[in-house]
Amino acid sequence: MAIIELSKIKKSYGDVRALDGVTLSIEEGTIYGLLGPNGAGKTTAVRVLTTLLKPDSGTATVAGFDVVSQANELRSVIGLAGQYAAVDENLTGYENLEMVGRLYRLGATFSKNRAGELIEQFDLVEAADRPVRTYSGGMRRRLDLGAALVAKPPVLFLDEPTTGLDPRSRLALWAFIEQLVSEGTTLLLTTQYLEEADRLADRIGVIDDGKIIAEGTADELKTQTGGDVIEVRIGSEDNLETARGILATIGTDIPRVRRGDRRIQVPVDGPGRVAEAVRQLDAAGVKIEDFSLRRPTLDDAFLTLTGHGTDEIVTGKPPKKRRRRPGRNVT
Amino acid sequence: MTSQTQASSAGLKWIVSDAIVMTKRNLLKYVRVPSLFLFSTIQPVMFVLLFAFVFGGAIDIPGINYLDFLMPGIFIQTSLFGSQNTGVGLADDMNKGMIDRFRSLPMSRSAVLAGRTISDSIRNLFVVILMSVVGYIIGFRFAGSFIESAGALLLVALFGSAFSWISATIGLAVKDVEVAQTAGFLWVFPLTFASSAFVPVETMPTWLQAFAEINPVTVAIDTVRALVLDQPVGNNIWIMLAWIAAILMVFVPLAVDRYRKAV
Repeated sequence: MAIIELSKIKKSYGDVRALDGVTLSIEEGTIYGLLGPNGAGKTTAVRVLTTLLKPDSGTATVAGFDVVSQANELRSVIGLAGQYAAVDENLTGYENLEMVGRLYRLGATFSKNRAGELIEQFDLVEAADRPVRTYSGGMRRRLDLGAALVAKPPVLFLDEPTTGLDPRSRLALWAFIEQLVSEGTTLLLTTQYLEEADRLADRIGVIDDGKIIAEGTADELKTQTGGDVIEVRIGSEDNLETARGILATIGTDIPRVRRGDRRIQVPVDGPGRVAEAVRQLDAAGVKIEDFSLRRPTLDDAFLTLTGHGTDEIVTGKPPKKRRRRPGRNVT
Repeated sequence: MTSQTQASSAGLKWIVSDAIVMTKRNLLKYVRVPSLFLFSTIQPVMFVLLFAFVFGGAIDIPGINYLDFLMPGIFIQTSLFGSQNTGVGLADDMNKGMIDRFRSLPMSRSAVLAGRTISDSIRNLFVVILMSVVGYIIGFRFAGSFIESAGALLLVALFGSAFSWISATIGLAVKDVEVAQTAGFLWVFPLTFASSAFVPVETMPTWLQAFAEINPVTVAIDTVRALVLDQPVGNNIWIMLAWIAAILMVFVPLAVDRYRKAV
């Protein structure tokens, strides 16, 4: 059964369209990953679903409650951890959790007990009675996640939960998130990391320019790229253009070139293309240092779907102009 | 809208409880950052000493010791300046994502603002009591009864809390800590100095007198001063209370509306 539903949601900031008719349905007890680059509309979608922002048009419900007309009821069944660790610097970790419990109106005793439980669950026992300003970034994120879980909400929203964390803290946070969902919570997670969506999400929605441009499991999205990917590393930078030209005729899409390590990637429609690629590169005098045929990654899928990659990638055509949300600094 | 009406009729208890939780949270800051409290207290105490000793000799008010004249003015000045912390605190909460968190919780929509204005008023009250002590040491005396004196200090805090709601509206509108700070003093400064706080209004040029006389700050100071000096209060107290009510009636809804729409 769908527990989160969006239908034709639109939201603009001035003349910037942050959400351009998003329709989405998320099953109860699953992790849904909303994947997209900065400014794609991920945060706006979360803000609409958590009642922080009213949509211009369209409807959305969470656990059956409408985001506009039943905002108050909706708030008691959700937990939110935003892009910033929204915890009070001057309170201790324990006091932060207790305060959130009181504000969910769970009562003094329950709030105290729950704060104690979460402190243990999130491995903050030793820091529990220290003001949060002494916490590391990873500890703050953990506390923030704990705060989102105070009311044991059936639906949880995590907006880029690991942005800005070092790899170790990221792995630790992923483990917490996985454990959580094994307990039946529905989770909507936004991320700009393909790896994160691939690892955590049951289903992934790719969002770009305020539109969901593809949806499915990680495997389904990878298959949408149309097959395998040839990856070539060539000997000299001088041959980069030649090699790119050749691979462009062989591949099913525009090749991606990473100048730094002289690597070119191109999706192909089958393994049969390998021999042809090698032959033509050889004939043109391009020295091949490394050659591989691999299954597409989410990164490849993203590139195919959006026409631009998730990091700095030089392609044959100029990158699409990106729309950005004005004002807030979304990192 | 219906859900909000239901919530407010069903849950006055919760509205109060939410506001208490928020007030406690804000007050804990002063406990956790004692230096903040220290420095925000030193400033008004310094004002007392500076005005008393620097201007005290130059300003002669017939029949009244200048320090006794000055203290009620500085009380109100302190609570007005202190009320500007409300907007600064809210802008800070906004930038740190705290307002987002609070707005995603099923708590009352006014609690964050009420918590701020109440905690700032409690702080103000504490500071004016401390100033009275410092004033006492250098010769200031409450001439009235205990009730009149305590009433005077409570009125000071109440006046400040009304201005806290103006500050809250500004803080939520500008969304930036430093802008909130500057914007706050921009209007509080002239309001305080073009009043009867430091000199009798009669000594000002006529055009300024006209402003000073209708200035709510003058009305508040004259009321508090009458209570402190044990003089007849007259209608001033009612005009002061009317100002407080009017400010609250306009700015509580404005601030709550800003909070609801805070992005």
